[in-house]
Amino acid sequence: MSVPAVSIGALDMTFNAGTRSEVTALTSIDLDIEPGEFVSLIGPSGCGKSTLLRIIADLQIPTTGTVSVFGKAAHQARLDRDYGMAFQRAALFDWRRVHANVELPLELIGWSKEEREARAREMLALVKLTGFGDHYPWQLSGGMQQRVAIARALAFRPKLLLMDEPFGALDEMTREHMQTELLRIYGELGTTVVFVTHSIPEAVFLSSRVVVLSARPGTIHSIIGVDLGSRDEDTREHADFFEKTTEVREALREIEGDHT
Amino acid sequence: MPVPPSRSRIAAATRQGVTIVVALALLAGVWEGYKAMGTATGGVWPGTSIELLVAPNDLIMPHVQDIWGTLWEPVQRERDEILAVFLLKSAGFTLLEAAAGFAVGVTVGLLLAVLMLRSKVAERGILPWINISQTVPLIALAPIIVTWGVSTVLSKPQAVALIASYLTFFPVAVNGLRGLQSPTRADVDLMRSLAAPWRATLFKLRFPAARPYLFPAFKLAATLSVVGAIVGEISSGVGGGLGRVILDFASRYTTGPPRLYAAVVMAAVLGLFVFGLVSVIERTLLHGRTQPTLT
Repeated sequence: MSVPAVSIGALDMTFNAGTRSEVTALTSIDLDIEPGEFVSLIGPSGCGKSTLLRIIADLQIPTTGTVSVFGKAAHQARLDRDYGMAFQRAALFDWRRVHANVELPLELIGWSKEEREARAREMLALVKLTGFGDHYPWQLSGGMQQRVAIARALAFRPKLLLMDEPFGALDEMTREHMQTELLRIYGELGTTVVFVTHSIPEAVFLSSRVVVLSARPGTIHSIIGVDLGSRDEDTREHADFFEKTTEVREALREIEGDHT
Repeated sequence: MPVPPSRSRIAAATRQGVTIVVALALLAGVWEGYKAMGTATGGVWPGTSIELLVAPNDLIMPHVQDIWGTLWEPVQRERDEILAVFLLKSAGFTLLEAAAGFAVGVTVGLLLAVLMLRSKVAERGILPWINISQTVPLIALAPIIVTWGVSTVLSKPQAVALIASYLTFFPVAVNGLRGLQSPTRADVDLMRSLAAPWRATLFKLRFPAARPYLFPAFKLAATLSVVGAIVGEISSGVGGGLGRVILDFASRYTTGPPRLYAAVVMAAVLGLFVFGLVSVIERTLLHGRTQPTLT
């Protein structure tokens, strides 16, 4: 068996441990993600799905448990730039033109100007923003800004892409379009994706597996495998798609039921 | 979508220029109007017997045209140099001190801001002292700084520059810290996720993000550096600058009231000049790079 892209074992995350405001965000999380998988984390707000993603990214240190990315400790994986990350707010730098935003990771790695420019052009073509390189981010629509953020996250060809509700701030039409685009890019690059969302159709449409988290404390309630094959806009109207969204919805309702 | 830069920039500069001229004309109008009213009523508020706060006579309040006129008269008898040239030279001297003070103050301010950003302990330890520093009256401090300065390696004008820097470092340090702390968590997370070293985060994220906070501080610091230089000159007796000129003209006030006013106006013009200079640099550096704010 190959080394998992992400491997999480017996993970607990407690904030403000030992104080009055102690909050157990996550408990007993075990999860393996294989290379090439597209895994969504879904759950009610406060279930710690974003925290889990930040732990994988080594932006947060778990209280106990192990996290490895491609067989390395998460910390080492971050230093080795084994993953790219996209956030809900695109987090583009206002003062940099679009191409310079895409080049930021390459600048940090130390690529030459020519190499950076060539790769930025390539990435902007990949996200269908050719010709927008000299614009400033605020001149673009929300969907276009997210494309730039994705181009930036993938500019150095990481094998893993971590996405924290990247389409959460977009309108429904743009959102569905971006999902199709993301699948196309995923298909072209073969990147492993971990995707945090609170949208059931989004999780089902995109993923090979949907991880349903329950809230307070956040634990894995169930993992639902999805196999919709190659997807396009029509997939959203297929019976398989309805069946899977219903399955995820029922899992989430069960969680809600536990608490009400 | 992008705004054509040159046209809007010229329009903005023109608007600002017109505003300044209108404001000056208004000020002159109020001045002369007050004098005219006071002369007509014999020094009291119209319809009352309450005396005006400032006597409207030509000794206390010379006419605007007399202040203007004195600019073109010789500074002293038997000297060719007219007052305008003399004041410009003095302003140039003060400008050099102010510029040196500005440079030192900005450097110190930025270093302090970075230090406080780097360490919470430093922030808690330094920030109160930075605030306290500005509660000490500069007039009280200036002679001490000059005495210490000239007892070491500094010339007197250099000591004056140091006094100016004492005023200028403050807004830069305080606003600079706020600006450096302004990036969002997502911005900082992005840099961390890219394993960016601390210095790269500072120069590629924090400093660019701090520019909208830094430039207002620079503008304030620029005008404060002129104030600091003039106060420093007056309290240390350094010759050659506007401070000494104001002191001289004040001590011989009765021999030519308009001259003191001309010197004070020149000091204000110098302040406006450095303010404008920083504004132009700001426009050039920031234009088009940030979202234009809707007005």
